[in-house]
Amino acid sequence: MTARAVLATAPGPGGRTVLATMRSAPPITLRRTGPGQVYLVATAAGPLGGDDLALDIDVAPGTALDVRSVASTLVLPGPRPGSAPEESSMTITARIGAGASLRFAPEPTVLAAGCRHRMTVRLELAPDARVLWREEIVFGRYGEAPGRCRTRFDAVVGGRPLLRQEFTVGDPAIDASPAVYGDARCVGGTLITGPPGTAGSGSLLAGEAVIGDGWAVLPLAGPGVLVSALAPDAAGLRRRLERGETAALPR
Amino acid sequence: MSAPSLNAALLLLADSRLPAGGHGHSGGAEAAIAAGAVRDLPTLAAFLRGRLATSGLVAACLAASACALAASSAGSGTAGDPAGAPPGGWAELDAEAGARTASPAQREASRVQGRLLLRTARRIWPSPVLDGLARAVPEGAHHPVALGAAAGVAGCAPGEAALAAAYAAVTGPATAAVRLLGLDPVAVHRLLADLAPDLERAASTGSGAAASPASVPPPRTAASVWAELPAHSAPALDLLAERHLRAGLRLFVS
Amino acid sequence: MGADHDDRHHAPHPHGRALRLGVGGPVGSGKTALTAALCRALGRTLRLAVVTNDIYTTEDADFLRRAGVLDPGRIAAVQTGCCPHTAIRDDIAANLDAVETLEERFGPLDLVIVESGGDNLTATFSRGLADRQIFVLDVSGGDKVPRKGGPGVTTADLLVINKTDLAPMVGADLTVMSRDAAAVREGRPVLFTSIRQEPEAHAVAEWVIGVVEAWAHGHGTGPRGHGHDSGSPGPGHRAGSPGHSHDHTPV
Repeated sequence: MTARAVLATAPGPGGRTVLATMRSAPPITLRRTGPGQVYLVATAAGPLGGDDLALDIDVAPGTALDVRSVASTLVLPGPRPGSAPEESSMTITARIGAGASLRFAPEPTVLAAGCRHRMTVRLELAPDARVLWREEIVFGRYGEAPGRCRTRFDAVVGGRPLLRQEFTVGDPAIDASPAVYGDARCVGGTLITGPPGTAGSGSLLAGEAVIGDGWAVLPLAGPGVLVSALAPDAAGLRRRLERGETAALPR
Repeated sequence: MSAPSLNAALLLLADSRLPAGGHGHSGGAEAAIAAGAVRDLPTLAAFLRGRLATSGLVAACLAASACALAASSAGSGTAGDPAGAPPGGWAELDAEAGARTASPAQREASRVQGRLLLRTARRIWPSPVLDGLARAVPEGAHHPVALGAAAGVAGCAPGEAALAAAYAAVTGPATAAVRLLGLDPVAVHRLLADLAPDLERAASTGSGAAASPASVPPPRTAASVWAELPAHSAPALDLLAERHLRAGLRLFVS
Repeated sequence: MGADHDDRHHAPHPHGRALRLGVGGPVGSGKTALTAALCRALGRTLRLAVVTNDIYTTEDADFLRRAGVLDPGRIAAVQTGCCPHTAIRDDIAANLDAVETLEERFGPLDLVIVESGGDNLTATFSRGLADRQIFVLDVSGGDKVPRKGGPGVTTADLLVINKTDLAPMVGADLTVMSRDAAAVREGRPVLFTSIRQEPEAHAVAEWVIGVVEAWAHGHGTGPRGHGHDSGSPGPGHRAGSPGHSHDHTPV
């Protein structure tokens, strides 16, 4: 299945944000739940092997968008038993304009046994764009070894690279390495950008890193921080990321 | 200006006796040992394998790219031109290294090692290319960039620069583990020998990914090729590096 | 860097930088105590900075802070990865970087002391790092140590034998130590100290002032150990007569 959903904002009357485009493409269904707030609703299982899914987000200058999801995404192997599993892919691109803000915090992606998945995120930010972008990956359902997944995350601010990260999950020799994930079963990160002192809910941390148990707020080489966390389970991962997010955006 | 098929400078660059401050860095091993995550040969082997597959591979690709850039700018003299950095110059490549290093503690360790290596390399292999790199990145080039540049100036091929970077990514932590855990040094070298095929693969990936402004056909640029270089992350290393910086007692810088 | 800096002696500095003085010696012999003593004795008259190697305990830092003669910012610490001798001899890059960083931040300086991590009798400073070096022994290591020699004992520009107050308790014969040291050191000076009893180590401080002045006047550019000796101040510093330079008869 190939699907490409599109979401774009535009400035509305009175400084409000309107959704100029909201094109669902099953299995990615978009549902407006409030001003500038959209839920991703999966209307089919998967992604499944062979699926090629995409979501394009355009946050116009000066507008604000909040994207969430109802449930976690379960990545499953393809429907053809017996043959080598086909790769599924999910590609999200987002452009966040000057003075715009985007909060993207869906539920986790769970890598079921046997899946072969590729997740690609590309963010292009205006220098003063404010973004909170959370990503959580769970290595298999309870008690299950994960399938394979490769992720690539690129955030570019004003044409300069801010953060480039790739994760590979599902190579047993690497997964359990004390250098990579250790004994964790979940990995996650929240990229928070914006000029220090002007972030929406508070002032973005600048300067020194903050560390906690299994999480850290890492000031990046450019205008932003990464909250990075490892945890044994999805609930623990969320707690750690939220702790880091709070530390990164002290009120 | 073709590189000889066997270049002894590669050995000088990769040798732990190169006086460039490498002995003071454990590549996260000291913190991993303090955390109990590395405690014996099997856990060290897993640590090294994971480090090579992530930051080691990234370093190999950056070093190969820097080597190619050094070789091309030796002819043109453009890279590191202080008057306005041309697209596809040292500053851009260094920024790509920074974007692949989320932990500020690791960025600082990388810059310190890069600065020390560049200082040493400029005396061993004096070259306007290295002077240009020092000017273009006054805060200290990231280590893989400095290593690749030095390799290029010393006449190494990009694949050789990548091999040196991958090698350094595992030998530093391995040596630190020998010192801190009292492991049998021969057994640890056996682990390194077991990694040889992975080192060669990383070098080959780096060599294939390397691009210099001269080698990229328009409309693509070297910068656009660098943007796509591998960016494998190791979240545990990031957390360990930050924890290490706050440790009361530490024998290694990083 | 500073060939043109405003030298305190109102003359262009012939070397363009401060004298770099290495302080080495075995663990526990009193290197840190001597460094602190030199800071106390010289901190008001010389522009000074210190590089320490390896474990620099807060106790030591507090000592310097309490002495009130050296801004803690002028102390840089270098970690040597369990190889203190490597950092001062085979691979001096990190120490050189620390020295130059201090000179850039606080320069022009007259003297930068580089204190090695505790090591063994063979550890000496590279000439690429230290212009002059002091090797510190203590009497509790046994009065045979000077006779055994080793590069530190035989070639250091100054040999300091510390903790003379302990000599009666450990059965160390200072006369033997003095005679043996003179025999292996070919006329290079030896000083006996008890920094516990005399916290400013005047005799050593005098020797340091002598080499700093000689350095500032352009002497001592040749191989260490000879060119500067003529510049050493007189009393209590007669090479080959270490017994008379016992700092219980301070100058």
